[in-house]
Amino acid sequence: MKIKTISRSTDAYLADRASETSRQPRNLDSALHPFERAREYTKALNATKLERMFAKPFVGQLGRGHIDGVYTIALNPRMLNAAASGSADGVIKYWDLTSQEETYSVQAHENIVRGLTVTPEGRLLSCASDKTVKLWDMKNKNPDPKQVYLGDRGFNCIDHQRGPDTSKFATGCGKVQLWDTTRSKPLSSLSWGADTITSLKFSPSEHAVFASTGSDRALTLYDIRTNSPINKLVTSMNNNAISWNPQVPFMFCAANEDHNVYLYDMRNLSACTSFLQDHVAAVMDVDYSPTGREIVTASYDKTIRIFNVRERFSRDIYHTKRMQRVFSAKFTLDNKYILSGSDDGNVRLWRAKASEKAGVRSSRERASREYTDALKERYRHMPEVRSIARHRHVPSAIKNAREIKGIERKALKRRQDNERKHNKNLPDIHLKQQHIVGVAIKDDKKIEEWKRIQEEKKQHKESVEGGWKNV
Amino acid sequence: MSEAPKKKPAWKTARNKELRKDLKRVESHTQEAKEAAKKTEMLLLEEQGFLEAENEMEATHKVTQEEIKASVDISTKKKAYDLKLPDFGPYDINFTRTGRKLLIGGRKGHVAAFDWREGRLQFELNLNETVRAVQWLHNDQYFAVAQKRNVFIYDHQGSEVHRLKQQIEMTNLDFLPYHYLLVSSGLTSMLFYQDVSIGKQVAAFKTRLGPTTSQCQNPYNAIMNLGHSNGTVTMWSPNVDEPLVKMLAHRGPVNDVSVDRSGRYLATAGSDSSVKVWDIRNTYKEVLRLPRTKVAPQTVNWSDSNLLSVGHGNTITVWKDVQSAPRPKQPYMQHNMHPDWKVSSAQFVPFEDILGVGHSEGFSSLIIPGAGEANFDALEVNPYQTRHQRREEEVRTLLQKLQPEMITMDPEDIGRIAMDKDRRRKTAREQMEEITEPNKKRAQESDDDMPELQPHLADEETAVSKELQKKKKKGVVDERQMRLEQLQERERRMRENKKRRLEEGYVEEYVSPAISRFQQRQ
Repeated sequence: MKIKTISRSTDAYLADRASETSRQPRNLDSALHPFERAREYTKALNATKLERMFAKPFVGQLGRGHIDGVYTIALNPRMLNAAASGSADGVIKYWDLTSQEETYSVQAHENIVRGLTVTPEGRLLSCASDKTVKLWDMKNKNPDPKQVYLGDRGFNCIDHQRGPDTSKFATGCGKVQLWDTTRSKPLSSLSWGADTITSLKFSPSEHAVFASTGSDRALTLYDIRTNSPINKLVTSMNNNAISWNPQVPFMFCAANEDHNVYLYDMRNLSACTSFLQDHVAAVMDVDYSPTGREIVTASYDKTIRIFNVRERFSRDIYHTKRMQRVFSAKFTLDNKYILSGSDDGNVRLWRAKASEKAGVRSSRERASREYTDALKERYRHMPEVRSIARHRHVPSAIKNAREIKGIERKALKRRQDNERKHNKNLPDIHLKQQHIVGVAIKDDKKIEEWKRIQEEKKQHKESVEGGWKNV
Repeated sequence: MSEAPKKKPAWKTARNKELRKDLKRVESHTQEAKEAAKKTEMLLLEEQGFLEAENEMEATHKVTQEEIKASVDISTKKKAYDLKLPDFGPYDINFTRTGRKLLIGGRKGHVAAFDWREGRLQFELNLNETVRAVQWLHNDQYFAVAQKRNVFIYDHQGSEVHRLKQQIEMTNLDFLPYHYLLVSSGLTSMLFYQDVSIGKQVAAFKTRLGPTTSQCQNPYNAIMNLGHSNGTVTMWSPNVDEPLVKMLAHRGPVNDVSVDRSGRYLATAGSDSSVKVWDIRNTYKEVLRLPRTKVAPQTVNWSDSNLLSVGHGNTITVWKDVQSAPRPKQPYMQHNMHPDWKVSSAQFVPFEDILGVGHSEGFSSLIIPGAGEANFDALEVNPYQTRHQRREEEVRTLLQKLQPEMITMDPEDIGRIAMDKDRRRKTAREQMEEITEPNKKRAQESDDDMPELQPHLADEETAVSKELQKKKKKGVVDERQMRLEQLQERERRMRENKKRRLEEGYVEEYVSPAISRFQQRQ
């Protein structure tokens, strides 16, 4: 007879001394781990609750802010912890984000600072309504500009070309002007319809391409290699800002006055690829995160919202009692923080993920966080988890405005549906196209081709008609 | 033969490209995790025990405890012992989930707890009151005792902590460790769910089936299985005020019920001296029944490795491979205790090859090789837990306590998408209806419209014969007439049988009134 019984040595499982940890054997047999789903769900629910409990998105304001409203913010693309901000009283401040203190401040302009951008050498270009563009050297803390460029109208926007060995930048006023930092006169000027250019942005990956918004409600794309606009899209309301997706070169988004942000594929502008809606007032600024997966928006409704590019509604909303109309919001380059500039003159620093802990984490903490994140992801559609994760306290003004907006939207839809019921000629326009008025391509060859075809058609028609006459 | 076309998985067919990508990623993660989990099997430290015959002449059930003791190591040998406590029995016993502490409760009021491996007494109480059941709660710090009138909760030193006022005359206690629910049932046909972490009564149901004679939890889905004095077994969740499943298991009170670790099989021991194994995942039908015992079995228990122990009279029989028919011819092990020691309760010790038996004269522990799970998971239940670990675990499990609403027949239901009714997986009740409805219908079809059989009357006088007579006069043979003829045939056979038995001098044996109503009427 063969007999064997379980016989464990206690010493093998217990620690010899208090300082040692005892052996913890695992057995992954599922029978030893009952209620897998229920337990995972409970963990996910608890993790979601904890996430909301620890959500403290506001880190602080930078220094003591500005005296007047902050209308523009620029990040230094070569440093993680530096940012510049310009305010309505013409002051530019340069901030160290680590200490949240200003490192450089100058009365740069006599009027509203409209645009700021940092050159690849780490200098600051500013443009203002006082018809000047100025180049500043922050390293030496020089109170005088290194260079002044004069324009014939007040400037609205400025952006420097990305990429190595470039000194070109573009400004927008009545037209788009291309400049070189080493020259005092613009290299060229481009215009296509608009009488005022409100913002422009170079593509970070396709260096020759940039886009602008104008007061003619148009989004225009330009190529500086051919020194001409490429194509243009007219929307039903004005656009306020543009941001290019840093990871996908052909994608960009535009902040619209109609409270939405539209995402476009520059290869096909006949429809947006998706749109983000949650704001209850015009979106003033928009910025892609460095990963290209999230978008931060600043709005006239005094809030900042963060969107996942794949979802229509925002993932988070940031607001404070004192924050007024927000005119500028930027993701920092480490994807961890958000900077916002608002009408009240403060530059605020926020966490990109409201409950994320700053600083170094132990490997255990990291593993636990990864595990709970996976669980939250798995059970995010469960009603309780979803409602806890999605719930945000919003100011009553916004809540009310949102409700009214909902009613308006429903009424509009009802009306359109009713009209469609009784009129078969009404076109059914896709939601992604409803905001688009028209698209135009600036292609001389194509225009000539089109003209030729028209000519041919005309001739053909004439000949046919002539033939009839002869009969 | 042609195989049915396989349905393509969702990650191949989903229309949305992004969703497809996500699903594919999840799928690959799942596969990786499965393979990784498979690979960890070779890291397991311990081996299962066994008892094997080396040749055809040997039989495992003939091996005695003495022989086993002689051939195992000294530490295992120490684990087989008897506690002779003749004054307060019979004893109800309970081991903690770690298998480290033993709690015994004598009917006449003796309650004691031991660290049985070290042979250390934790406390001893004499309650001077009937003790009907004892049950450890989440760890060895608290336990519940069903006393004469109420259920009480005591701490590790034996001091009374709570009296559960509403739970009157309970005879069965069980604890759902992941839900922190103390479940009790007893003489009053009530079933109580008490959340011991917040001290709130979660649910109280009337079973309407008389006294509950036995009770056990299904460790797979936390459904409570109740055995009643009328032979039915019912399954309960705290969310529904009627049984999810109700099945007639025995002719006579159900003495004990037990569900195996995987939640697939239910074993029931009835006063009709039979032990039956039921499939409780799919068919809810009897899988097999063990040979009848002379004395009605009192206890039935599954071990972690699916051995089934049956306690009847002074005997413990252990069966192996009883999950599916054909049933084994011989038991795996058998042990006869002292003739006066009547088994009252038994439990396999978790993670050990030991069976603890409470009986009328105290407590005995038997070595059953191959009964226990050799490899425990220290992060789940750790038999070598330190005090610090126990405290950590208490906090952790309390934070992750499962809500009573999560108790369902299929625990995988949580997080699953609710399909429309046709595509949804059927609930136990729907399955049950599906099984029973056609049977009921058939039963109705067969006999309801027919006259009753009257074998005690003369052949010409029965209702069947009279109706048949009328039919024959009409001279039309229809389906009913054929059925009547069959019935008449049956009636005649019954009459003849009765006559023959009377001639043989057969006297009806005495059957207690409780069981007599289940006897087949002649």
